[in-house]
Amino acid sequence: MKATLHVQRYLPDAPGVGPARHWQDYTVEAPDGATVLDCLMRIKDEQDPTLTFRRSCRSAICGSCGMNIAGVNRLACYSQVSRLGRGPVKIRPLPGLPLIKDLVVDMEPFMDKYRVTEPFIVARAPEPEKEYLQSPEEHRKLDEIITCIMCGCCSTSCPVSWTNPAYLGPAAFGRAYRFLVDSRDTRGRDHLKPVTGNTDGVWRCHHIANCVDVCPKNIDLPWLINELRKRAL
Amino acid sequence: MLKHTETVDCDVLVIGAGLAGMRAALETCGRYRTAILSKVHPLRSHSDAAQGGIAASLGNVEEDSVEKHLYDTVKGSDFLGDQDAQETLVSDAATAVYELEHFGAPFSRTDSGRIGQRDFGGHSAKRACYVADLTGHALLHSLYEQVLKHRIPTYGEHFVVALCGDRNRVTGAVAYDMAHGVLRAFSARAVVLATGGYARCFQLTSNDLHNTGDGLSLAWQLGIPLEDMEFVQFHPTGLYRQGILVSEAARGEGGYLLNRDGARFMERYAPKVMELAPRDVVSRSIQTEIDEGRGVDGRDFVNLDIRHLGKQLILERLPQIHDLALNFVGVDCLKEPIPIQPVAHYSMGGIPTDGDTRVLADGLKPTPGFFAAGECACVSVHGANRLGCNSLLEAVVFGRRAGKATTSYLDAEKPTEVKLTASDLAPALENLDKFCCSAGPDKAPEIRQELGAVMTKNCGVFRDDCGLSQGLAKVRELKTRFKNIVIRDRSPLYNTELTEALQLRNMLQYAEVIVASALNRTESRGSHSRKDHPKRDDVNWLKHTLTFPDGAGLRFDYKPVRITRFQPVERKY
Repeated sequence: MKATLHVQRYLPDAPGVGPARHWQDYTVEAPDGATVLDCLMRIKDEQDPTLTFRRSCRSAICGSCGMNIAGVNRLACYSQVSRLGRGPVKIRPLPGLPLIKDLVVDMEPFMDKYRVTEPFIVARAPEPEKEYLQSPEEHRKLDEIITCIMCGCCSTSCPVSWTNPAYLGPAAFGRAYRFLVDSRDTRGRDHLKPVTGNTDGVWRCHHIANCVDVCPKNIDLPWLINELRKRAL
Repeated sequence: MLKHTETVDCDVLVIGAGLAGMRAALETCGRYRTAILSKVHPLRSHSDAAQGGIAASLGNVEEDSVEKHLYDTVKGSDFLGDQDAQETLVSDAATAVYELEHFGAPFSRTDSGRIGQRDFGGHSAKRACYVADLTGHALLHSLYEQVLKHRIPTYGEHFVVALCGDRNRVTGAVAYDMAHGVLRAFSARAVVLATGGYARCFQLTSNDLHNTGDGLSLAWQLGIPLEDMEFVQFHPTGLYRQGILVSEAARGEGGYLLNRDGARFMERYAPKVMELAPRDVVSRSIQTEIDEGRGVDGRDFVNLDIRHLGKQLILERLPQIHDLALNFVGVDCLKEPIPIQPVAHYSMGGIPTDGDTRVLADGLKPTPGFFAAGECACVSVHGANRLGCNSLLEAVVFGRRAGKATTSYLDAEKPTEVKLTASDLAPALENLDKFCCSAGPDKAPEIRQELGAVMTKNCGVFRDDCGLSQGLAKVRELKTRFKNIVIRDRSPLYNTELTEALQLRNMLQYAEVIVASALNRTESRGSHSRKDHPKRDDVNWLKHTLTFPDGAGLRFDYKPVRITRFQPVERKY
């Protein structure tokens, strides 16, 4: 089958080639099971070498290829074209982040918010000779959140993020939660400090829940944000 | 097209931000100005995709010992590994794994709260420490968290175009800062290469799109040889046609391999350990089933069946596999078997180093201040075949050792500060300029596809003289055509047409070495199976291949295998 991709292009450094941001259609062969990433790569190889996007693992673990596909943030490698309905598939970069080129956005503002949460373990000293003990029940609390691949689909789908650039967003909250519930970590409520600020913290969440709808790992972010709130009280 | 804008001075430059690179940087950052360079953001590194586990004889689940781990590794390597290095690998294993745990790695647990361990192919005890089937992902994130904690300057999306200096003294690197569209140079008193594997030159591969062996080509351009390049591991269970990895953990937890008749064919190839034979053995068995018409429906795949493990175990310990099969081949592994086939997976060969990760510029003598660790290096701990879970182990054990060796080198030698001047950078910049201006008419993507096809077809699980000779001629033809490629994207900003072409240049360089070395080695050992030379030949071939650049061609040399404890015996499972 053939698929048509309706792709937003952006090239800031090319004077005289028309508007920096425009739409371009590509029609490409899309065999059964082909993903949006397969199609983009095929277009780049066969039709337009200038088409630019991030990609790496093509197996939904590296988090490189988050983009807005048919109106929803998702991983290009994880989205089969045939499941996206009829007609051209509209492809835009992740919203709310500065554009670099075509589908490549500047992820640094997103990563900065992650860094703010001080995302590393602070375990009791001195370190044991072997491992810190942790029961399977304690470990189970981490099962879901450690699957996060930091693709940014959640935070950039959040209307609060769009209107309030300081808002840390669900991905950053997830990292704070990951250490808060780790039985080996000693910081306890201190983990909450960076994520409970008045303008940028969990209280700003409006429960729109776009984040959970788009998460490729199905992490229940609204639930987790509620947990952070409960513990902050 | 690309302008050099600034030079960053540091003491230690680590190239590559997977497990090995970040582990090395964590070791040096306390004493020396360290910078990490990576062509992707560190969290996108391919260590991420390792699933099953990391080996260490902790004995948390059953009796185990360093000694047993050593013998399994030696035997797994088909006696081509250097046994002193293998001893280092397994002796450092427990410390390295406990350190990862202290760094926050969320290992799955036993009932008593210790690190959980499972079976893995070729290991004689439950030795694989794991995080569900996301081990690499979890470890990569934990190490990156430490990099953030220690505030190590990290330059992501910086594609290294050349190393500076020569093979007697490497003084830094020139990198393309993709997001800003400029060239940035890095001067360094010591350089650590940790650039990962090279199986992307195969069409069917579990590797990500960036595993293009750049570090190998950077070293090669300085005249440094490559070791044992013919040994490419084929992972038995890549998702059919996609190549996406289905972890050996599926078999470690008890999964079956079934042919067309629904028979567990491994009983004919490895009756004692069945599906848990080492990867070279299992891949050959699967390929034989397929070649002899016993693939499912007579096609080129067999089935991996884990249904009998039950929903609870699958969703708890193999959740990613469930997900990948469902989304990429539309198979619900709770209800149906998963179609799989062998795919190029891991690079046993690489840049020759000693046990302290020092690069051996002539194959024998260390280059001061130049180190390599992880999959890009050949220590050699994996010999002719790596055991599952020994790769993450190698990355952290030798990443850690690289950091320590770099620190000792700077402490002891106190090498002078490097200041790269315009004339130091000129050759790299001129070469790149020329490269950007090449005018066609050949197209890099076509050459890349032809390269992948010929590598998979002529240099796969089974090889022979005829296929390899034709393959070598084809790779050389592609190298010639590559000189006439055209780069049509003229934008300095985030130019992935350019970086892909540079990756292809690198792949063509070492693909020739892989095929030539495979043609040269007229025996079968570990992952290297010659149909025309089906037996292992210890009299003539119990030695490492060293391939040197020699003008426009190649030159072979050899070095002996270091055998300290175990004399080679026939390898049976």
